[in-house]
Amino acid sequence: MKVGLFIPCYIDQFYPQVGIATLQLLEKLGCTVHFPMQQTCCGQPMANSGFAKYTKGCDKNFVNNFSDYEYIVGPSGSCVLHVKEHLHSEDNPQLAKHIRESVYELTEFLTDVLKVSSLDASFPYKVGMHNSCHGQRGLHVSSMSETVTPAFSKPGQLLQMVKGLQLSYPQRVDECCGFGGTFCVFEEAVSVKMGKDRIKEHAANQVDYITGGDVSCLMHLEGILKRQGSKSKTIHIAEILNSQV
Amino acid sequence: MKDHASLAKQFIKNEARTDWHDETLWFVRQKRDKAAHGLPEWEQLRTWASEIKDHTLSHLDDYLLEFEKNATANGIVVHWASDAAAHNKIIHDIIKQEGITRLVKSKSMLTEECHLNEYLQQQGIEVVDTDLGERIVQFRKEPPSHIVLPAIHLKKQDVSDTFHEHLQTEKGNNDPQYLTHAARLHLREKFIESSVAITGVNFAVAETGGFVVCTNEGNADMGAHAARVHIACMGFEKIIPKAKHLGVFLRLLARSATGQPVTTYSSHFNKPRAGQALHVVIVDNGRSRQLGREDFRNSLKCIRCAACFNTCPVYRRSGGYSYHTAVAGPIGSILNPNLDIKAYSDLPFASTLCGSCSNVCPVKIDIHQQLWKWRQVVTEEANVPVSKKIGMRLMAWVLDCNVNYKVAGKVGRWMMRNLPFLVKNKLNPWYHQREMPEAPKQSFKEWYIKNKKA
Amino acid sequence: MSGREAILNTIKANKPVATALPFIDITAAITYDDVLQQYKTVLQNIGGSCQELNNEAELQEALQSITASATKVVNVLSATPETIATADAVALEATDIAIMRGVVAVAENAAIWVPEEQMLNRLLPFICQQLVLVINENDIVPTMHHAYEKIDVMGTGFGAFIAGPSKTADIEQSLVIGAHGPVGLQVLIVKK
Repeated sequence: MKVGLFIPCYIDQFYPQVGIATLQLLEKLGCTVHFPMQQTCCGQPMANSGFAKYTKGCDKNFVNNFSDYEYIVGPSGSCVLHVKEHLHSEDNPQLAKHIRESVYELTEFLTDVLKVSSLDASFPYKVGMHNSCHGQRGLHVSSMSETVTPAFSKPGQLLQMVKGLQLSYPQRVDECCGFGGTFCVFEEAVSVKMGKDRIKEHAANQVDYITGGDVSCLMHLEGILKRQGSKSKTIHIAEILNSQV
Repeated sequence: MKDHASLAKQFIKNEARTDWHDETLWFVRQKRDKAAHGLPEWEQLRTWASEIKDHTLSHLDDYLLEFEKNATANGIVVHWASDAAAHNKIIHDIIKQEGITRLVKSKSMLTEECHLNEYLQQQGIEVVDTDLGERIVQFRKEPPSHIVLPAIHLKKQDVSDTFHEHLQTEKGNNDPQYLTHAARLHLREKFIESSVAITGVNFAVAETGGFVVCTNEGNADMGAHAARVHIACMGFEKIIPKAKHLGVFLRLLARSATGQPVTTYSSHFNKPRAGQALHVVIVDNGRSRQLGREDFRNSLKCIRCAACFNTCPVYRRSGGYSYHTAVAGPIGSILNPNLDIKAYSDLPFASTLCGSCSNVCPVKIDIHQQLWKWRQVVTEEANVPVSKKIGMRLMAWVLDCNVNYKVAGKVGRWMMRNLPFLVKNKLNPWYHQREMPEAPKQSFKEWYIKNKKA
Repeated sequence: MSGREAILNTIKANKPVATALPFIDITAAITYDDVLQQYKTVLQNIGGSCQELNNEAELQEALQSITASATKVVNVLSATPETIATADAVALEATDIAIMRGVVAVAENAAIWVPEEQMLNRLLPFICQQLVLVINENDIVPTMHHAYEKIDVMGTGFGAFIAGPSKTADIEQSLVIGAHGPVGLQVLIVKK
């Protein structure tokens, strides 16, 4: 299965290990992974700040890089959601539509397309699940506490396949961490307070790691954890699923 | 005027109090969850409510005319007010004929929106708010901070102090039962002597020409049935087509608002009682303009339950006053920019777009999608600082071209590693309470070129 | 142009494309194996109390007992309609106990529909200290949908669904039974 790998800009620049883990994991699971070298950013930071009108360049570049794939996979719920909802091309509307319909967040790709039922992975630690909002409420990678619907979790399902891993959930199972894009700096007080409250709930479960599908959330929580001098760390789910036995 | 970010920052300074405010409202959200999960058909109810409201908006003028016709035939006097000023004047004109100087009012966010109390006060008429929470904030000369739980920002000691000052209750006695009883006695007098009562409207039914008022305290009824004149105020979007639709909405409203299966009283007013004058004031005040906005007209489906407030992690940690408007919270952030985009340009940004609000909304308003869309409108129409515009253009220039992006990335990371003081300083808001992420020597692309590229 | 014209014209110009009303399928609503039990459970949860009575004689006995130590009782079931209907707030203010009939009761939320014909005076069920509502077990329905099928909303100038005694949680979310309406609600259920 041929997959176009979409590595969000901040993962490329600050958390390359997440991109590496994603690539290795997909290859382990039998995919032929192509990485379009000219990709940059999906445009979400500008769009969410009210400047969607400035994202034509990003859209164009994305379409140029990804028009040739049946499956495009990225380790980020928020970036994949942005592409799904907002990618447009005046010149190539059909291509843009194809991309919107072919882009997947990593965990949903593993469960829905590859139908992974077991993983050769080991991560003998206590891990707290952070349900990143855009993946959950936007892409429906898991059920949501607000709605009266059957419970499920694609990331949870995958983590259960990892040897030695002890998974826990915070009390408020899917409350937002407070990152929110530029919100994290323009509403810094609320953003950090929300992050601290998340961390407190994970600390109650004495987790070694907090994981999730979005590096943006994890980067924000990690910043607070480090400032607190905490022993807990954050790690992207791709790295856990790719961990060696 | 201060914006949400700076007002929220003030609020959060008292972290213990913020935790208390957050936990109190989260508890209300949990009660809502319990009530919702108790009905297997909950999501179906939301779909029905949403579709009834969508249909109503698409036939709004017809239903309003049907309501007016039926209400008038039943002896109700129907008035139409284009804006807040017209609403206030209509009410004043009705009251003037009675020659009174004091009246009772039960909860109505519409009257808050129109600043009715201040207007009437200027005309020499005292308004006694009879909803307990409203009376408390009225004594304190504060606006309500939540559209359903007006005094949620106050602790019982605050209420005790206020009642000691205004009702001469025992100093320091903060027992809610004691304080509520004191309010009961105090307001009972007001009900009995008031010849004019103002109420809100939860639902107006086109088919019957009647309207429904939902309360737990019984204050709307105490006022209305004692008064010679009852004036009910409604935004025109409160209209629903048929009486049987009340079955859908009354099953959703209280469960969404407080987690109760229904409010204590759901009072259906169809005709004035003998000897009484019953008026309904139908208000526009920007709603018809919102109706014309394809992206935002959905916000008019709102039944003012405040479920979105209770679930919003930002509202819970910033309080209603941070929104500097009558209707705060997520719904307020998509309603208010329609009224004054410059004054409320900050509100669509008071959100992480987590989407929880849209999930709890009983009428399925796509609140978080509208917040995103309002952001696009705000940057066009409101006063965005030039620096922000330039910054965004720069960001776009860096991010949409691979060459610029790679160079900026490499340079940025180099600076973070070798000149950390450039980002680790007071000017960087990220850095106030968080460490910066590590800046790796090698980006993913650089790793890929070295290790994978054939 | 009047406010009315301006408003209606703008609405007409701005309203969206027509969509249809949904079909409300009552069979999709929750049902209870024992509506009476559900009714009683919810009533208790919301601060009300009830008694089950087998016949008219037991009903009268219960009413006697309830009103034994009350100073002022207004019993709609046995009083002269005119005296109640014309009483004003001052006259009704001292009512300890008011007794009247409910027409339909709803199991899911313990609400009872009382049209003004059963109140005789709209203020009465709100101004009394204690309210007593008499219902027939036969008239208990599962949900509000069922209730609206049974009642004739337009058949009355005023009616209220009354669920429990008045209450408030406006002071630090502490539930207080008894706000401005009655501080207590007793429901007398006359069995089939």
